[in-house]
Amino acid sequence: MTTHKMASVDADENRQGSADHIQYVTVVIGGQLFGLPISQVHDVFVPEKVTRVPLAPPEVEGVLNLRGRIVTAINMRRKLHLKPNDADQGMMAVGIEYKGESYGLVIDAVGEVLNLPRAEMEVNPSNLDYRWAEISGGVHRLDGRLMVVLDVERLLSTLIEPKAA
Amino acid sequence: MDDLLREFLTETNESLDVVDVELVKFEQEPNNATILDNIFRLVHTIKGTCGFLGLPRLEAIAHAAETLMGKFRDGVPVTHEAVTLVLASIDRIKDILADLEAANGTEPDGTDRDLIDELERLALSAEADDMAAAMEEEKAAEEEVGTEVYQVLERPLRPGEVSLDDLERAFQEAEVEIEMPEPVEEAEDEGEVAAATPEAAQKTAPKKEAAKPRNPSGKGKAAQQGVSNQSIRVNVETLEHLMTMVSELVLTRNQLLEIVRRHEDSEFKVPLQRLSNVTGELQEGVMKTRMQPIGNAWQKLPRIVRDLSQELDKPIGLEMIGAETELDRQVLELIKDPLTHMIRNSADHGLEEPADRVAAGKPEKGNITLSAYHEGGHIIIEVKDDGRGLNLEKIKEKALKNGITTEAELEKMADQQIYKFIFAAGFSTATNVTSVSGRGVGMDVVRNNVELIGGSIDLRSTPGKGSSFIIKIPLTLAIVSTLIVEASGDRYAIPQLSVVELVRVQSNSEHRIERIKDRPVLRLRNKLLPLVHMSQLLGQTEEADLDEDNGFIVVMQVGSQSFGVVVDGVFHTEEIVVKPMSSMLRNINMFSGNTILGDGSVIMIIDPNGVASAMASHASSTLSDTVEDERDNEEARVVDADAPISLLLFRAGSDEPKAVPLSLVTRLEEFDVAKIEHSNGRDLVQYRGSLMPLVYVNEGDRHKSEGTQPMLVFSDNGRSMGLVVDQIVDIVEDRMNIEVVSERQGVLGSAIIRERATEVIDLGYYLPLAFDDWFMRKEIDVATKVKELLFIDDSAFFRNMLTPVLKAAGYDVTVCSNAQSAYELMEKGTEFAAIVTDIEMPDISGYEFCESLRRDTRFRHLPIIALSAVVTPASIEKGRQAGFDDYVAKFDRPGLLAALKDVLTSDMGVAA
Repeated sequence: MTTHKMASVDADENRQGSADHIQYVTVVIGGQLFGLPISQVHDVFVPEKVTRVPLAPPEVEGVLNLRGRIVTAINMRRKLHLKPNDADQGMMAVGIEYKGESYGLVIDAVGEVLNLPRAEMEVNPSNLDYRWAEISGGVHRLDGRLMVVLDVERLLSTLIEPKAA
Repeated sequence: MDDLLREFLTETNESLDVVDVELVKFEQEPNNATILDNIFRLVHTIKGTCGFLGLPRLEAIAHAAETLMGKFRDGVPVTHEAVTLVLASIDRIKDILADLEAANGTEPDGTDRDLIDELERLALSAEADDMAAAMEEEKAAEEEVGTEVYQVLERPLRPGEVSLDDLERAFQEAEVEIEMPEPVEEAEDEGEVAAATPEAAQKTAPKKEAAKPRNPSGKGKAAQQGVSNQSIRVNVETLEHLMTMVSELVLTRNQLLEIVRRHEDSEFKVPLQRLSNVTGELQEGVMKTRMQPIGNAWQKLPRIVRDLSQELDKPIGLEMIGAETELDRQVLELIKDPLTHMIRNSADHGLEEPADRVAAGKPEKGNITLSAYHEGGHIIIEVKDDGRGLNLEKIKEKALKNGITTEAELEKMADQQIYKFIFAAGFSTATNVTSVSGRGVGMDVVRNNVELIGGSIDLRSTPGKGSSFIIKIPLTLAIVSTLIVEASGDRYAIPQLSVVELVRVQSNSEHRIERIKDRPVLRLRNKLLPLVHMSQLLGQTEEADLDEDNGFIVVMQVGSQSFGVVVDGVFHTEEIVVKPMSSMLRNINMFSGNTILGDGSVIMIIDPNGVASAMASHASSTLSDTVEDERDNEEARVVDADAPISLLLFRAGSDEPKAVPLSLVTRLEEFDVAKIEHSNGRDLVQYRGSLMPLVYVNEGDRHKSEGTQPMLVFSDNGRSMGLVVDQIVDIVEDRMNIEVVSERQGVLGSAIIRERATEVIDLGYYLPLAFDDWFMRKEIDVATKVKELLFIDDSAFFRNMLTPVLKAAGYDVTVCSNAQSAYELMEKGTEFAAIVTDIEMPDISGYEFCESLRRDTRFRHLPIIALSAVVTPASIEKGRQAGFDDYVAKFDRPGLLAALKDVLTSDMGVAA
């Protein structure tokens, strides 16, 4: 967490104004609002021509070619144990970099960018589903809805490390 | 670290490797002044640079070594001792250099006095003679006569031998014209021979003269410099980057070609063709920069072999062929260690002791040949020795001991197949672990390393003649030619390296997929090729869904293993740039990487080694299916009592078919009726050394009066019973749903089998007919009730026998073979209406099992029935104390059923 906070400050000092705010790209997954620190989001794209990877963990949607790079697409609904998306509903993906590799988090839709004060983030409620809690960095109370902060590093390490062990 | 020092380190390390090789050569050819000069120059340069950079330790060693070698140059004979010492100095220099690098340019503390003293001592011992030699030299130059050098023989003269000096004097007097030969002190024993006989020395004399130009260094140096001027040093990273960029370019070109292919007359066609050619050439050019002669990986080997030769006390020669063969830098690095290991192995195990060699009629000196050459897109490296060959018996023994194989399998294997066991993990047949090899981390590591770079390893061995290891590796790892195939709607790339051929499958042609116990195979030129469907391999489909009639078989070979992979379609071949799998997917060993195809989509690259090992495990599971005790198989079925089971259909006494679970039948026998004897009121046959009682399905039945009598033999714990039948009809796989429960003894009930009402025989009725105490010998356990019953017995026989009984009574039975697995089931939350358990079981007895269940509040009131052969008031009391609700004798099946009914209806858990 520390690293990307620092990065976000450096990257966007002007717009952000102060170091005690973090900018989030909000995404919707299964009706729930999530926030990804903008410093970690590489790009947003529509995943096309995804190649299935047999024998891969169920969360892995497949791999795809994004401007010459091979990106591993992760189905966030499956990762969060939500119902699969309707087939005809469009997909979006948020591109992120992790340990020199490219990943795409497949989500339902991308929303706006929010600038939220760091201090207002609250810890996960203790009764949060453990599968969500392990990848959630905290919760922001917004007007009328809650935004779960996605901890990208923890999200990806839960997918990589058990395999490497 | 400053640049100067870094440069120095790189250069010196390179030079030292050269020195190593040269020194070993020099030891064998002590008169080759060119070699000596080379070494001398290199060491001199190191000394000079060290002085300049202020590295006193290095300078001192280099200086001392140089002094000693200076003596050689002046004609002092080269001895083993001296060469070993110089080699030791070189090693020390390397060590210091390594520390220097690690410590960022500071020389490590320490002293090299020991080495330097030794070097100086040797140099001094030659000094006096050297001076004499020097004077002689001057004189010799004037008179055009050979130099007389004082000879040092490493051992006292034997009787009859002439000292070298005397010999030389004799020469000088006799042959004035010829320049004096240097003493012949070859590395091995030839030197002695030459020195001992004037004739031999004479023969070598002219040759030596030719090989000894007085001052060749000037010319040699010029040539060397000429070469180095034409090359520049480039950082490896720069090359790697260049390579990556070219790879990307290749991909982009492929993409463009794909687009143009779709637009027939595009104006891009011609320029694109040109771009394509240029890209191809560029790719080739860049690849070349990464290419290095394989000799670079071999550089250290002569030294290693020399050291081994001394350590093991075996004369060993190393021949290297094809050192100029080029391959990718990356590959080169990766095969260095495996090669070294194989050479060590050959020297240590491959070659016999000198005495054994002589006894076998071979030259004392063992030979190891290392060769490399190109073949197709690969490079073949062969390590061959002329030793004893692999020890087949020891390998068999070890393979059995390690449990890798069984006697039966070994029987069927060809020798060459058995040899391959040495590639299995933890396999070393060396009886003694030496410092050289035999530590059990051997050939499996070699194999892994080779396979890691997409190569394969094979071996051949002939007893008494030697063995050879053949490594086949791709020239480069970066670009691979692949075959694009389709399976289950997805495309995959298979490296062509391992593709042997393609076979089109058609149900009506000769290439047709056949099956042996569900496993697909293909007849291909008198060979039976095991097949696997790609989609099945990748877990995409079930076997049943596969289209048998159409498709292609990609025949692949990995090492010595051949197999066919069935795919739905084959497209074309494509050169692809392998990109590593994302770390999230790297654990899937079916894929070696992925890449972007010309059309922009990502494709998985199949790893032939992964497929091969999947095939192997497939095969071994097939094997265990058939070889392993059928009972285990049966057990699995019984646990799910609704699954189809094998039933043996027969007729006995009447026309209605009768059935018995096949798993209960030990074997089917036919006896000559003459062999049936009558004794003590019953029929018996002698069967496997004991008397087997015969039992008839219906009382009063008779066996046949002539011919042979078929019967079903049931055995348990060494006792057998023969059930006399009229005819064995068939073996069928069906569900045994007993629909009408029988009142008649000996029949469990009737079930529909093969669409016919069939009587299911109650074996439990017949067994006591043969031996009254059949059930007394073992504790039985039975599962319970209409609802869920858990039935625990360690004997498969009783499990198989009582399960149908309970099932017939309407219970749904789950069977466990021990209390432990019963615990596990219950922990998982499986609920049972009652438990029937055997008392006498290994590990956890029925009493303990019951007691521990009673301690758990969840199971406090669960009805539990004990089954036992021993029914005495004491044992019943013990069962009561343990918490059993009832205690039933094993043979008392009506009693068991009654007890079950009792505990389940009362549901009070009170003993009946």
